[in-house]
Amino acid sequence: MNKITIEPVTRVEGHGKVTIHMDDNLNIAQTRLHIVEFRGFERFVQGRPYWEAPVLVQRLCGICPVSHHLAAAKALDVIVGAGTGDGLTPAGEKMRRLMHYGQMFQSHALHFFHLASPDLLLGYDSDPALRNVIGVAMKYPDLAVQGVMMRKFGQEIIAATAGKKIHGTGAIPGGINKNLSIEERDRFLHGADPLNIEKMIEWSLSALELFKGYHKANQSFVDNFAVFPSNHLSLVRKDGALDLYHGVLRAVDKDGKKILNDVEYQDYYKYINEEVKSWSYMKFPFLTSIGKKDGWYTVGPLARLNTCDFIPTPLAQKAFEEYKAYTGGKPNNMSLHMHWARLIETIHAAEMIKQLLNDTDLQSTDLVTKGTKQSQGVGIIEAPRGTLFHHYAINENDQITMANLIVSTTNNNESMNRAVNDVANKMMTGQKVITEGMKNAVEIAIRAYDPCLSCATHSLGKMPLDITMYDSNNNEIDHYKS
Amino acid sequence: MSDNKIKFTIDGKECIADEGLDLWKAAMLNGVFIPYLCHMKDVVPAGSCRICTVKVNGRPMAACTTLVTKGLEGAVVENDTPHIEEMRKMIVELLFVEGNHFCPACEKSGSCELQAMAYRYQMMVPQFSYNFPLREVDATTPKIYLDRNRCIQCKKCIRSIKDDQGRSYFAFYKRGHKLDIHIDHELAATMSAELAQLAMDGCPVGAIINKEKGFDVPIGKRKFDKEPIGTEFLNVTKE
Repeated sequence: MNKITIEPVTRVEGHGKVTIHMDDNLNIAQTRLHIVEFRGFERFVQGRPYWEAPVLVQRLCGICPVSHHLAAAKALDVIVGAGTGDGLTPAGEKMRRLMHYGQMFQSHALHFFHLASPDLLLGYDSDPALRNVIGVAMKYPDLAVQGVMMRKFGQEIIAATAGKKIHGTGAIPGGINKNLSIEERDRFLHGADPLNIEKMIEWSLSALELFKGYHKANQSFVDNFAVFPSNHLSLVRKDGALDLYHGVLRAVDKDGKKILNDVEYQDYYKYINEEVKSWSYMKFPFLTSIGKKDGWYTVGPLARLNTCDFIPTPLAQKAFEEYKAYTGGKPNNMSLHMHWARLIETIHAAEMIKQLLNDTDLQSTDLVTKGTKQSQGVGIIEAPRGTLFHHYAINENDQITMANLIVSTTNNNESMNRAVNDVANKMMTGQKVITEGMKNAVEIAIRAYDPCLSCATHSLGKMPLDITMYDSNNNEIDHYKS
Repeated sequence: MSDNKIKFTIDGKECIADEGLDLWKAAMLNGVFIPYLCHMKDVVPAGSCRICTVKVNGRPMAACTTLVTKGLEGAVVENDTPHIEEMRKMIVELLFVEGNHFCPACEKSGSCELQAMAYRYQMMVPQFSYNFPLREVDATTPKIYLDRNRCIQCKKCIRSIKDDQGRSYFAFYKRGHKLDIHIDHELAATMSAELAQLAMDGCPVGAIINKEKGFDVPIGKRKFDKEPIGTEFLNVTKE
């Protein structure tokens, strides 16, 4: 048996590795995506005062700290008695939403332009020395500028709402610590090109067209790459609309049948369980009612557009209708269509930012709500990479006694493993020589999920790729390091 | 106030001060800023932090506990010199490695005098190894979350936070490297919200934190977001 190791996986957030075992007939015997980092936030947050959690736990990640910041704040809203959803003041909730859509916009732009576009624009088996954001900048400079400026715009929105572009302090239990000044608002609405919302919407639409053009030219590859039936889970608004900040939990199976029917997320632990496997630090969540074997599910852009009924902004809704028509209204299980879904969400995020900027509630000074203190609370949000769960319990001294975090990438654990397996089977079976392009194809499958493997560090561009092949006795027979 | 005026120089600047003042205050009245952490207005100086160390006729002394006396007449005081500034930087670094100071999640970040002092001295990586002491937090009182990990043992709380009978809410417990700050649970049970706020505001670090609210001052409006430590003092003395 031969063993192929891809370590580390590149152009994803964090560190992981892939092992592929091939039998003597060069068939794929086993594939695994290993997450090799361990963080321990759930343990060392214990004993800390509860109001510290949104600032402390966001240090899990440098790319989407806003998601952790807001998920923790939402859990603490429950603890301070402000409740969920409309329990906050209009300014409190809308400032948080603005922060969140700013984060969604910048993170999706980062993923599409910096991490995924090198594979799409330059080819998955092109020269690895150029298959990165620098290579894209050399060949498509205007596109690279768009990516950088879209990310900058989203980061500026975050800074205006959270105080800093990374690791701010805006959301506090029961609300927010600042409103949006008229000057800040006007800068985003009417700033000099390109840093204004109209240009961002225009560029979001053109990014979608770019993907659609790629899809048209490579339809067979895109539609048959890492395809497997999956359940899908996300928050949806109570009326079924796409809502990335708040809602109820909904899951559908591969055919679109609801298997989790719009349940309140404070009770998430009644519906979702986690399995531990010896070869990965990442757990495997599953729907309890279906069980470990078949209860796994996908989260993220693909899942969100599979679970929601409509998108409540016009341009994104129009794109959504075309997207849904492609699969005849059925759930989409094609991993590379994740990019399509992600870019529709990017348009939605830009439209939501525009809508919120024009809302005068953001200039209100009524920022915080409090009520009767509770001993525990759950906060769930749709992070760029998918559904993010934060659950805290406190003691009578206001210290955190329990924290349970199910991060987006954890929810996608089984899906990513299936995607790796599908690509390895299709591209490596029977191959005596495993090319760099084949190995990158495996990474492309993982990359589609935009995983944040440690949800702690981020790796932009190229990291060393270390691949070792073993014979059936686990003896090393080849070693490759880029 | 004494009628006796004492003349001396600080870094060559001619200064004059009333006899009986402490040297830190005398310097301030003469428009000279001496960095500090444990000094408090209207509270007897304790010389705890040693950041205000200056050289008086070549001898290192804490400015806050050095009195302006006849012996200081004509003295040469060194304050803003490379050697003294380097010593102060080392003291700041020692305060950092002696406790467990994790600024990223600390509510006092941006308003923390120790952090601001580290920025002032451009402390990048401490040259000393971290102690990582095991210190317990005390969250059992109604108003105060006491985080000993961040305490620099400056005694400001002990000296200034008292009830109407003059009893301190805070006290040291044990000695030497086992020294810990404690809060009187009996007194703290009736502590007012105003006094708790005074205690938090007076603490130069994040050891004393008010309960049930946090991070309510947005980034950009915190004490040292706009101007580095000492600036407000210099603005006052220039007027």
